[in-house]
Amino acid sequence: MSEARDRILGSIRTSLKRGPLDGERLAAAEDRLAAHRRNLMPSRARAAGEEGIELFVRMATEVAATVERLATPQDVPDAVAAYLAQHNLPAELRVAPDPELDAVPWERRPTLTVGRGRAEDRDATSVTGAVAGVAETGTLVMASGPAHPTTLNLMPDTHIVVLRTDRIVGSYEDAWDVLRARGALSRTVNFITGPSRTGDIEQTIQLGAHGPRRLHILLVDGGDGDGASA
Amino acid sequence: MESTSHAFKDNVHEALRDERLQRALGKMKVGFQGNRRRAIERLPEFEALRDEGRAIKDHVLEHLDFYLERFESRVVEAGGHVHWCRTAAEARETIARICRDAGARTVTKGKSMVAEEIAINDHLEREGFEPIETDLGEYIIQLRREPPSHIIAPAVHLSKEDVAEAFYAAHRDLDPERSLVEPTALISEARAMLRQKFQQADVGITGANFLIAETGSTVIVTNEGNGDLTQTLPRVHVVLASLEKVVPTLEDASTILRLLARSATGQEFSAYTTFSTGPRRPGDPDGPQEFHVVLLDNGRTAMLGTEFQEMLRCIRCGACMNHCPVYASVGGHAYGWVYPGPMGAVLTPSLIGVDAAGHLPNASTFCGRCESVCPMRIPLPKMMRHWREKEYAAGLTPATQRWGLGFWAWFARRPGLYHLGTRLAAGLLGRLGRRQGRLRRLPLAGGWTDWRDMPAPEGRTFQQLWAERRESARREDAR
Repeated sequence: MSEARDRILGSIRTSLKRGPLDGERLAAAEDRLAAHRRNLMPSRARAAGEEGIELFVRMATEVAATVERLATPQDVPDAVAAYLAQHNLPAELRVAPDPELDAVPWERRPTLTVGRGRAEDRDATSVTGAVAGVAETGTLVMASGPAHPTTLNLMPDTHIVVLRTDRIVGSYEDAWDVLRARGALSRTVNFITGPSRTGDIEQTIQLGAHGPRRLHILLVDGGDGDGASA
Repeated sequence: MESTSHAFKDNVHEALRDERLQRALGKMKVGFQGNRRRAIERLPEFEALRDEGRAIKDHVLEHLDFYLERFESRVVEAGGHVHWCRTAAEARETIARICRDAGARTVTKGKSMVAEEIAINDHLEREGFEPIETDLGEYIIQLRREPPSHIIAPAVHLSKEDVAEAFYAAHRDLDPERSLVEPTALISEARAMLRQKFQQADVGITGANFLIAETGSTVIVTNEGNGDLTQTLPRVHVVLASLEKVVPTLEDASTILRLLARSATGQEFSAYTTFSTGPRRPGDPDGPQEFHVVLLDNGRTAMLGTEFQEMLRCIRCGACMNHCPVYASVGGHAYGWVYPGPMGAVLTPSLIGVDAAGHLPNASTFCGRCESVCPMRIPLPKMMRHWREKEYAAGLTPATQRWGLGFWAWFARRPGLYHLGTRLAAGLLGRLGRRQGRLRRLPLAGGWTDWRDMPAPEGRTFQQLWAERRESARREDAR
């Protein structure tokens, strides 16, 4: 379809009454692309530190996610087991093959069956990490890769996310900086804000349309230098 | 999609008589408008962000060739393919070819208005594939074999009883005695049915809210997560996008994302905003093995450099139709094609011709609410006026209207005669309607009086009232 390509580009240039960009205009457009300049930032997106954490929790709760704060990764198994029991869910987990989650001592709760890997349809509950949490809207940022199969974010009915508090940033732009620092963008970057929902039947919001109906965030007070840096 | 825009007037009469539709529309208006207002009240920078969004899109449109070429190179670097298509037919054939090459049978789809525009489902069915809509609203209307009536809420015209009817008729393997009274039952059933389809699918087709030139990423914004399953589980992911969706950087997309959900559903942010770059990487445990972007023009590049260029800033939030008194009265189907409401009234004539869609830009009171809520500040009323002028210039307006306008213009250029004529008419009509204060029938104005009464003039013209007021004000001052 290279003929179509040339015709479309030609049509754009004819309509704009110019040829291909060159000289200063080309340089200006190249600069704009390379600079990653931020546009106007809402003041809400500048929340940092404890204020940022509070905003993240407030916004995530508002969209029907649930949030629990934990002191260390050692507390994760108990919190997960209690959450599953509270919601009458089977004690089976599909945990992301994420080295950061290796630090979680699942064996403390021997009743939990823990499998690692991508999600299959029968998996009821997944546990993953997150690259960042964005305070301005309570949004979780997930990047696909060997340590984080995308299916874990989507297929199970319940998604439990372990997020270190020092991963909470103010804005989407801050999250892009974190992702760019990791190297090439993953195949899939999910910005997830609350559990799956639909308003397609009489505009009444219902949770769990296709993705998880429960999104539970375990905020672990972080930055203790366990090698799990972004 | 076959257009019935030429039959707009008949469609309207039908819609106004449809009680179920009228009930659904009543509900819709309250929901969307209130939610949007509350969301933007919480973001003090919203108005300034609208200016930023407009500036980004204007910049893109002036450099569209540059950003599209850059987007293409980045997709290719990430291991994907870009297919440039000038027309709907080229896009349909390209997608069918990708499906054939993949040996596909089942094709799942996320919600995409461009897919409606090129009528991809009918084409895929003719070619022997099974296309399955996975957005709940789109799934419902696919079962009913009807087009969407709203660009973000395709089944907004239906009640839960309508949905239950469609499910009983389509899901024949399930117990016919099951209860589908509660919306939760409907949602669970759709979820279970579509889960099977997601896993069977060989190809998944999504639209795109943005294309990112910097990274070659495509972006979808959804609430259900169906688009994500559509693009994650099958072997092949096809993105169908019109070419004006490109933006320079991730930062630019982030700015416009702050406008999109708030304008559309009144959410702070949609549940799933997903950036996809190429196929799965070595070592990735899931994701598609092939990634194709089908870039569609279909008349858009011809809008550049014209009075309709600004329409290409549209981000398809639906705010204009959510605030439109005409849409609220007749719903989306009356508009007769993919894009209803004010944005459709401008875009449809650009894409299928003013001869086929001339009624749409006339279906406006020019109240201006669409422009006042448009996050991209698109001057929709002004562009509808441009279409009316073009329609007139092309001789497409009906003879009675042309004759009437000609007569009025002749009259209006002769002020003395105009004043005399209007004074006589106002006096006469005032006397005729004096008893009831309204007129039931008027010669040459059947289009009005067939449907509602005409308020009777009070006997004097505006000019007379104005002169009297000035006179009495002058006396006040002189006292």
